[in-house]
Amino acid sequence: MKNIKSGDLLFAVFFFLISAILISQFPDQIKWFKKTKLTSQPALWSAIGLIGMTVFGLIHLFLNLRIQNLKIELDEGILWIKSIEYACWFLLYVILVPNIGYLIATLIIAPCLTYRVGYRDKKMITYSLVTGLSIVLIFKTFLEVKIPGGAIYELLPNTIRSFMILNF
Amino acid sequence: MDILFSAFEILLRWDVIIALLIGSVGGVIIGAVPGVGPAVAIAIVLPATFSLEPIVGLTLLLGIYGSAMYGGSIPAILINTPGTPVNALTTYDGYPMTKRGEGRRALSLAYSASFFGGVFSIICLIFFSPVLAYIAPMFGSREIFLAALLGIILVITAHKGQMFAAAMMASLGIFVQTVGMEPIKYTKRYTFDQSWLASGLNLIVVVLGLFAISQAILLLAQEDKRAKAVKLSGGLFQGLKELGKHKRVASVAASFGVIMGMIPGVGEFTSQFFSYTYAQRSSKNPDQFGKGSPEGLVASETANNAVPAAAMIPLLALGIPGEALTAMMLSVFYIHNVNPGPNLFQNHLDFVIALYISLLILNVLVLVFLLFSTNSLLKVIQIPSRFLGMTILILSFVGVYSLRNSFTDCAVAAACGIFGFILRRLDLPIVPIILGMVLGEIMEGKLRTSMMSVKTPVDFINRPIAFILFVIIILIILLQIRTLWKNFKTK
Repeated sequence: MKNIKSGDLLFAVFFFLISAILISQFPDQIKWFKKTKLTSQPALWSAIGLIGMTVFGLIHLFLNLRIQNLKIELDEGILWIKSIEYACWFLLYVILVPNIGYLIATLIIAPCLTYRVGYRDKKMITYSLVTGLSIVLIFKTFLEVKIPGGAIYELLPNTIRSFMILNF
Repeated sequence: MDILFSAFEILLRWDVIIALLIGSVGGVIIGAVPGVGPAVAIAIVLPATFSLEPIVGLTLLLGIYGSAMYGGSIPAILINTPGTPVNALTTYDGYPMTKRGEGRRALSLAYSASFFGGVFSIICLIFFSPVLAYIAPMFGSREIFLAALLGIILVITAHKGQMFAAAMMASLGIFVQTVGMEPIKYTKRYTFDQSWLASGLNLIVVVLGLFAISQAILLLAQEDKRAKAVKLSGGLFQGLKELGKHKRVASVAASFGVIMGMIPGVGEFTSQFFSYTYAQRSSKNPDQFGKGSPEGLVASETANNAVPAAAMIPLLALGIPGEALTAMMLSVFYIHNVNPGPNLFQNHLDFVIALYISLLILNVLVLVFLLFSTNSLLKVIQIPSRFLGMTILILSFVGVYSLRNSFTDCAVAAACGIFGFILRRLDLPIVPIILGMVLGEIMEGKLRTSMMSVKTPVDFINRPIAFILFVIIILIILLQIRTLWKNFKTK
């Protein structure tokens, strides 16, 4: 048995509640066909998954039913909420790319995020710019992965525009 | 012999050779950086391989998979921090050796042991392939269903002390794969009338969120860590000679790696556990284990490196991935409309052999690379953890966005990233979610197909392999219930 960590109870409650809510939606979210074998019912595998989530979730909750320190438990929950910030950075990057282009978006996000997480010296900011540029060159320029050109490229003269769309 | 020539023909192409080089060198570097690991790297690179031919894409991914553990031994031995999770056991004896001033010897021995494990398993499997080609066609729908079910059960039971959490996560994976439009009656399952859910949740998006973005968030949110500089002097060739003194331990450990690697859901940890226990019990100095025993180091490194080649067996022969990395590789096959399974071994044995030969070449490349460049690699270990987190987040974008240029995919991946971050914080298992998704889909399809030719429940297991698999499943469940009951009584 793994040692109970702060946040285990919070997670177990959260997981069980979500499972219970999902299972309560079963009649609305899945169609049950009459005169059809159980193994051919579209609902079968959703039901197996949901029953497993609920039953094992309940056992997991029961095994973690101990609060050592409510404050520490809540602190862990706050840390989870704080982590949303980094997911937002990621989504901001996703929004920026189709507008200002992959290269410029990367060269903005990489140093800004580096600065945000506490690196304030020029050396680390430069490293972040070099890292960002290398990633763009490897994936977009050389490997030609499918990332569309930025809307901003439309403002460029014809000769440079297609070059930028294709490579950066 | 013709098959062997045909396999070499597949491999002798410039793009395959470049993929092999990038995969092997890249894998070592990725493995050497604590906090990245092959799962994160493969998740990021995976979408980029979809535009490549299957052999090129798979060679690249296999390169990363097969070489990351070599690199992972470097920080495990020198700074007591495993580069990849499977190098954790290496720290037990590797780091005490470094503290005794034998870091160079430990590294050299680890490389040699890893090389032996890798090569041993590939040679076993090349010779074993004709047997597999004979057995694989005996697997029909019901046998594949039972094998996938066995895989799920083994993945859950392999999580000792966290079995219920693993079962909970595997169930979540099974449920998640059912979301969206189902392909038989064309009805919606758990879409809540949201159009973006109608096509379901993409496996790659979930994988990237759970493995790459979650790891990035974890590194960004936690305290910044930076390993101290380590210097090594002298050559690294002595281990090749020293391994000869431990050939019994190395051979047994490699055999464990091959056997455990072939069983879905078991993999590196179990093979290491068996090998290490065997080495300790049969050693003349069992008290030295955990304090810098070369035998312990050999057992651990040989066993984990023998697994990757063997883990490809259930994937290639049955289309059943045994763990997260092979589950990701399965999508490379699917994207190219190649169905791994019995037909692959029967009709494209040259392709399978080509993959094994590429793994063999990879092991040689990695060993040579490490023997000459370990000192340069030591700088990689020192990358500060938050900077690494930033880099992984930037790289994750390429993986998710290049799939379909979809903001929704990125939002789903970000949500999975937060969920994965919470799981990582709590040390809860992530791999069962992915296997639940992959194996759940296989089980759903195969059960439906096999029930068409089944009239009574007994018919389901009236073929020898189906019967054997059924008996194994029942035995494992009974054994687990017995263990749980015993644990409950002792408490």
